[in-house]
Amino acid sequence: MSDTTAAPLPADFADLDPFADWALDTWRERYEKRLDSTMDEMQAFYDAMMPRLSEALEYCDSFDLHDLPDEARNLLLLTFSLCEASFPVEAWRQPRVPDSGSADLEMVREPPL
Amino acid sequence: MAHFPKPAEGSWTEHYPGLGTGPVSYKDSYDPDYWQQEIDAIFKKEWLCVGRVERLGRAGSYFTREFPWAKRSILVVKDREGTVRAFYNVCRHRGNKLVWDDFPNEETSGVCRQLTCKYHGWRYDLDGSLVFIQQESEFFDVDKDSLGLVPVACDVWEGFIFVNLDPEPQQTLAEALAPLADGLAGYPFGEMTQTYEVRSEIDSNWKLFIDAFVEFYHAPVLHQRQATAEESQKLASIGFEGLHYELFSPHSMVSSWGGMSPPKDPSMVKPIENLLRSGLFGPWDKPAAVNDNQDLPPLLNPSKHRAWGIDSFVLWPNFMILFWETGWYLTYTYWPLGPSKHLFETTLNFVPPENASQRASQEFAFSTFKEYAFQDANTLEATQTMIESEVVDTFMLNDQEILCRHHHAAVREQVKAGGRPASYPWMPGSENGGGG
Repeated sequence: MSDTTAAPLPADFADLDPFADWALDTWRERYEKRLDSTMDEMQAFYDAMMPRLSEALEYCDSFDLHDLPDEARNLLLLTFSLCEASFPVEAWRQPRVPDSGSADLEMVREPPL
Repeated sequence: MAHFPKPAEGSWTEHYPGLGTGPVSYKDSYDPDYWQQEIDAIFKKEWLCVGRVERLGRAGSYFTREFPWAKRSILVVKDREGTVRAFYNVCRHRGNKLVWDDFPNEETSGVCRQLTCKYHGWRYDLDGSLVFIQQESEFFDVDKDSLGLVPVACDVWEGFIFVNLDPEPQQTLAEALAPLADGLAGYPFGEMTQTYEVRSEIDSNWKLFIDAFVEFYHAPVLHQRQATAEESQKLASIGFEGLHYELFSPHSMVSSWGGMSPPKDPSMVKPIENLLRSGLFGPWDKPAAVNDNQDLPPLLNPSKHRAWGIDSFVLWPNFMILFWETGWYLTYTYWPLGPSKHLFETTLNFVPPENASQRASQEFAFSTFKEYAFQDANTLEATQTMIESEVVDTFMLNDQEILCRHHHAAVREQVKAGGRPASYPWMPGSENGGGG
């Protein structure tokens, strides 16, 4: 199963193991993974995550948000990455925001998880 | 035809007769001499927001802010009595920057018992007084009491920390913010401590980004593809009309409708928005701190419209607060870095989430906001370069862009006066009011 994965997921969500590399700690890492991914890769991630999203959040909600077990935390981080991947898939048909050229944002502070 | 009522004069703009309705020059947005006049008459004279009190958790908490446009570095610190103080970040000994880490030009923050200079170890108490000189007896005629850190005027409104570089500010902070100081007081800012803060250096004049965020005329066009196909067609055909505009010169506000949170019909929004119950307008489920029954501060939702979605306030000169009906707020701050360059800072502030679902809803609200900001920011560079080309020297502003017209006019009045003017020719009660 997922014994070699850097980001272990809850057993009930083993179907998402192939996407465990999207469990990234910071917004910057998630955004850069989006920019570095192909549309096919993001579509596959989106297609795997969307049907499990509500169950995933329900599972994470069963724990104290400030004391999440590692597996639940990784799962929640996957939902954050889905936020990023959803724009290319649902709106843009490309990884970057169209016409955003050289625009970039520096994250100064973000809520910890 | 107007979908929402306008003032009796027939337009928002003509409600303020001295504001004019003609084409507007944008030379104020690239001319280097004018930029310097703005720095001197506005940025070195006005109260400027540098952050929230939550950043200063306890006595000795501090952060620095770099003001390269004034060649100044500011140190903001909480003293032992809990008072927030500001000082110029310079040691009285030989002028070393007092507080910095690794890179002298980068901002920093932390907690300390005293402020110690890295260079020769001079130490200052949290109230700025000089308390220790290394080898003091080597100096000549030292009066430590006269060698405290140089103070900067500092005050707090509703948890927002402001500084003023004028050694003798024309107005108190409350006077400078009137009537917004009272009219927005009481909003639960202090409960919305779950903060995302991003910044970006943008190759445009600072006023151009304010222009972009005080009109929504652009939204159905520039952000068209952010909505579902059917929704965006509808939005584009209707266009945008504000619920209400109001000038509190030099401050101003626009009130806008919302209505998508939650949407009447799930097909109006993208699939992930339905699952996360969130979108551009923020999480759909309001936190208890701003439930439906709570009284809003008197200046919010001035038309009392049931479709109200968001109010955007410009707090003169470079600070905006956006209040969303869904119960969170945004801030924008624009720092001039040159005639054609500014630093844009924004914060998104939510009530701390109680569970993972709420956390994910907020994360999606941030993600969505950022997609829009990318589109807005890049458009500004396209505008800046073309106004600088001077191929066209005046530009058209419509009634939904009254706040753009107003902000440039208010800048012009203050540059002319060399400081905050006593009155504005377009405001009722002004000696020039109604003069057209």
